[in-house]
Amino acid sequence: MTHNPAAVELDEVSAGYGDRLALADVSLRVLPGSLLAVVGPNGAGKSTLLKVMAGLLRPVSGRLEVLGQPVGKAARRVAYLPQAEAVDWQFPVAVADVVMMGRYPLIGIGRRPTSIDRDHVQQALETVRMTAFRGRQIGALSGGQRRRVFLARALAAEPDLFLLDEPVTGVDATTQEDLMDVLEAQARAGRTVVASTHDLLCAAQRFHEAAFINGRVIATGPAHLVLDQRLLAQTYGGHVLILQGEGGTALALDDAHHHDQAPGHESHFHDGARG
Amino acid sequence: MNLLDVLTGPLAYGFVQRGLLAGLMVGVVCAVMGTFVVLKGLAFIGDAVSHAAFPGLVIAFMLGVPLFLGGSIAAVGTALAIGVVSRHSGLRFDTTVGVLFAGTFAFGVLLLSTIKAYTGDLLGYLLGNILGITQGDLVQLAVLGTVVLVVIAVLRKELLYATFDPLGAAASGLRVGALEYLLLALLGVTIVVGIQAVGIILVVAMLVTPAATAQLLVTRFDQLTYLAIALSVVSVIGGLYTSFYWNVASGAMIVLFETGLFALALVLGPRTGLLHWYRGRRHMTSPLTDTDVMPGSAT
Repeated sequence: MTHNPAAVELDEVSAGYGDRLALADVSLRVLPGSLLAVVGPNGAGKSTLLKVMAGLLRPVSGRLEVLGQPVGKAARRVAYLPQAEAVDWQFPVAVADVVMMGRYPLIGIGRRPTSIDRDHVQQALETVRMTAFRGRQIGALSGGQRRRVFLARALAAEPDLFLLDEPVTGVDATTQEDLMDVLEAQARAGRTVVASTHDLLCAAQRFHEAAFINGRVIATGPAHLVLDQRLLAQTYGGHVLILQGEGGTALALDDAHHHDQAPGHESHFHDGARG
Repeated sequence: MNLLDVLTGPLAYGFVQRGLLAGLMVGVVCAVMGTFVVLKGLAFIGDAVSHAAFPGLVIAFMLGVPLFLGGSIAAVGTALAIGVVSRHSGLRFDTTVGVLFAGTFAFGVLLLSTIKAYTGDLLGYLLGNILGITQGDLVQLAVLGTVVLVVIAVLRKELLYATFDPLGAAASGLRVGALEYLLLALLGVTIVVGIQAVGIILVVAMLVTPAATAQLLVTRFDQLTYLAIALSVVSVIGGLYTSFYWNVASGAMIVLFETGLFALALVLGPRTGLLHWYRGRRHMTSPLTDTDVMPGSAT
C-alpha cells in the first residue's frame, strides 16, 4: 500500500453481522508504537473494528493488513482481549493458568510449557501486580483484577500488537492508572496498542491518538481531540454532555456510563457488578 | 463370605471380567470427554447424538455390516451436522437440536419396525448390555477409546484455551472452529463407545455426571479431569458389583452410582453444599471481606 509499514492498515473496510453493516468504508492507518483509543457511542462498531483487526470477523469488503501481512497470518504476534462479557468466569482455571494461555500459541501443539514460559508468566503477573493471586480461581477475582490478569495474558504472549476491547471499562481508578501505565510502556517500546473505550477522559489523558467511530470513521488525530466539542457532537450525536469545570477543565460524559438501565441488547459491567 | 470373596468371586466369570474391563474403559473415556461437555454446555448435544446413533445401528444391522460402524458414522455425522447448524441456523440452537434428534430417532424406530427378523440385539442398544460384551467388542472399544484419549491429550492446551476464551484463542492463531468440530467428532466417537456400556438413553449420564460432580468439588481443570475419572471408575466398579449380586440392570446401576455421588457432592460440596450454606449463615454476622467472595458470586 505505502512504503512506510503500518501496524494495522484498513482500506475501505466494511464489516457486520448477517445483513447489518456495523462498519462502512473504514480506512485507517495505525503506526507502530501508537497508543490509539477507539471512541464512539454504543453500537458504533468499536468492538467490530477490533474483531476485524484481530481476524475474528471477516470484512464484507475492503483491504486489511495487520503487521504487514494479510489479517490472520501474523496472529501469533497479536494479543486480543475480549470484552469481559465474552468470557465464562466460572471456568475452572486459576490466574496463572489463564496467563499461561497467552504462551500456548508459542509453545505449540503437543508440547508442555517450559521454565521459560513459566518465567514469562511470572514476569507478566508482576507487571500487572497480580503475583499474589496466581493460584486463585479466575471467577473469585474482582472485575478490575480480572482485567489485570487478561492484560498479563496478553503480555505473556509477547505480541507486537495489542487489540483490547474495553480494557479499562468498569475498573477502579487505581487499576485504570496501572493498566494504562503498562500499555504506555508497551507503546514506548515500539509495540502498538489499539483499545476501545467508553471513558473519554481516560482516552484524552492517557492515550496518544484517538479514532472517532460511529459506523464509519468520523475523525482520527491526537488524543486531546477527544474533548473537542464539535467532534464529540458529530460522533455521539446529541448524547454527550460537556461540563465546563473550574480552570477550563472540560469533563465529557458519554451516555454509556450514565444510565439507570442499560439498553436491552447490551450489558454493562462496572467493576464486576452489572449496571 | 469375606470381603475378598465378594470382590474376586464375580471375576471368576469371563463375562464379568469383560464387562468390568469395558466399563472401566468407557468410564475413563466418557469422564475425560465429559469435562469438555460440561464446560462447553454440550450435554443436550450429547443426548441428541446418542439418539441419532440409533438409525445408524439399525441400518448397519439391515446391511449386515458391523453395528459399531453404522453407529459411529451416524453419531459423528450428527455431531458435525449440529456444529454446522449451530453456526448457520437462525433458530435457537436447542430448538434445532431438539427437532433433529427426535426426528433421527423416530427414523431409527421406523426402520426397526420394518425388520421381520429377530432384532433383540438392536433393542439391547437402547439400554446397553455391558455384561454381554464380546472379545471383539472389547477390541473395538479399546481402539476407539484410545483414539479419543490420544487426540485430547495432544490438543489439551488448545482445547482448554478455545473452550475458556474462544475469541482470544482464535485471535492468537488457534483454529478454534476446527477444534470445535474436532471436539464434536470426538463426542460422537465417545458416545458410540459409551452406548456399549449403558445404552443410548443413559450414555449422556456417563458423559455429564462425573464431570458435573467434580465441578462441584474442585476449581482447577486438571483436578476436574482426574476427579471425574476417579468418580467414573468408582461408579463403574460399584455399579457392576451391585448389579451382579442383586441381579439388576448393570447400566442403570452404574448411572445410579454416579447420580448418587453427584447428590452427595451437592449436599456436602464446599461451594454448593449444606455445609457451605450453614457456614454462610454463620458468616452473616460478620461482614464479608473481598477474599471471602466465592466463585459464582462475582458476576
